Amino acid sequence: MKYTEEHEWLLIENDVVTVGITEHAAEQLGDVVFVELPEIGDLVSKDESICVIESVKAASDILSPLDGKIIEINEAIVETPSLVNADPNEAGWFFKIEVSDMAPVAEYMDEAAYLSFIK
Amino acid sequence: METSILMEKNMSELLWTPLHELHVSNGGKMVPFAGYEMPVQYKDGVLKEHLHCRKKAGLFDVSHMGQVIIKGQSFADIAHSLETLTPISVSTLKEGRQRYGFFTNASGGIIDDLMLSNRGDYLFMVVNAACKHIDVPHMIKNMPNVTVELIEDRALLALQGPLAEKILENFNSAIKEMRFMDIATIKVLGVDCWVARSGYTGEDGFEISIPSNKAIEFTEKLLKFEEVKLIGLGARDSLRLEAGLCLYGHDIDCDTSPVEAGLLWAIQKLRREDGIQSSEFLGKKRILNEIKNGPDKKRVGVKPSGRAPMREGTVLFADSAGQQRIGKITSGGFGPTFEGPVSMGYVDSKYAITGGQIFGEVRGKFLPATIVSLPFVKANFKR
Repeated sequence: MKYTEEHEWLLIENDVVTVGITEHAAEQLGDVVFVELPEIGDLVSKDESICVIESVKAASDILSPLDGKIIEINEAIVETPSLVNADPNEAGWFFKIEVSDMAPVAEYMDEAAYLSFIK
Repeated sequence: METSILMEKNMSELLWTPLHELHVSNGGKMVPFAGYEMPVQYKDGVLKEHLHCRKKAGLFDVSHMGQVIIKGQSFADIAHSLETLTPISVSTLKEGRQRYGFFTNASGGIIDDLMLSNRGDYLFMVVNAACKHIDVPHMIKNMPNVTVELIEDRALLALQGPLAEKILENFNSAIKEMRFMDIATIKVLGVDCWVARSGYTGEDGFEISIPSNKAIEFTEKLLKFEEVKLIGLGARDSLRLEAGLCLYGHDIDCDTSPVEAGLLWAIQKLRREDGIQSSEFLGKKRILNEIKNGPDKKRVGVKPSGRAPMREGTVLFADSAGQQRIGKITSGGFGPTFEGPVSMGYVDSKYAITGGQIFGEVRGKFLPATIVSLPFVKANFKR
């Protein structure tokens, strides 16, 4: 598992990366009430805003952590946005990208680094 | 909601209410608000706090608000003097009763909204925290025959929700004799509290002014009841929004008139044109003209058709292409009891028709919404 400074987690399986937001991010956002996901087939670039998440407090953008193509999205969090708070690491995942350039992954944090980042 | 304020002000310059320590020990997430460090939420979060208040009883620290006492020769004297600064009828307010009102400026805009009550020989007023240091000098300058005092040694608590009466009865049974908008001095824990049956959530409830040195003890005793939970600013905002109530600085300000804001109900007929008390007040010309001919824009409820909230600042259009701009959202978010996005804002008067379809620009898209009558959640007052 890798983590970005934008509080996203990346689960890397070959060239497919599953992306969600961390427990810390979910807690800071507060109760999530609306999620807008990208569409399957969208070509996305690193640091491009591709999702919107709205909590009771504010709207936030979710950035694509890598270049690639969206191959799967989690419709369950659109139907039930509270899943993002209840289970951010598993059931509350956002999207899967088929990554075209894996190089930036090296810059992302491992768990220990992320935990010290949020301290 | 608080993000922008957060960046403007350093936490160390902020004032604390008498309950500050209790907020922190109860897990309150403290943020700057109107010059004070206040809890935006506690451990449960905004959603649960909101729902708890509508179902049981929520306890709010509103000690940052301005509590003001105005004294004069008689209540009638105070009332006549105050009526030069507000279109509200003050002299017809009976002893032991409270009324919603506002100060207007010379151009008919709103300086602040407030609650005022007749306490027999004096007038008690509660004004917004962010405006109290404007309101008090404004009164001192323009009301020469009275004394105006900002009370600094009392906390102000609000207990709101369907179980509020039942809880407070444990402290003094006189509570249950009160009706909506009554105010009385009631002994609680051996001290005189000024208790009003009112609030800003749309629920039945009470606002209790208590000497600061008793505030923590009272709050701790209230929290012993499992039906009572502390509620932060976040849920306070979503509760008042569902109730269709204006937030000063957002839904009303120095430029918006009470008529545009849909607050005409608060201007008694006798203070309007040809009324028996149609004496001068600041902004009278514009306000009476708008009553007669209608305002250019009106505050309305806006219900987004989809699930995306339309927040403050969202621009509203008559058409789905975003060609004809007709207004904007002044408050908006998610309504936990309504179970969907809720907003209010201003639109040109000809579009202020219940049921009308409009469009709000959210992240570059023109999303459909409907003009609805307020409130989103029906009030539950004990009249």
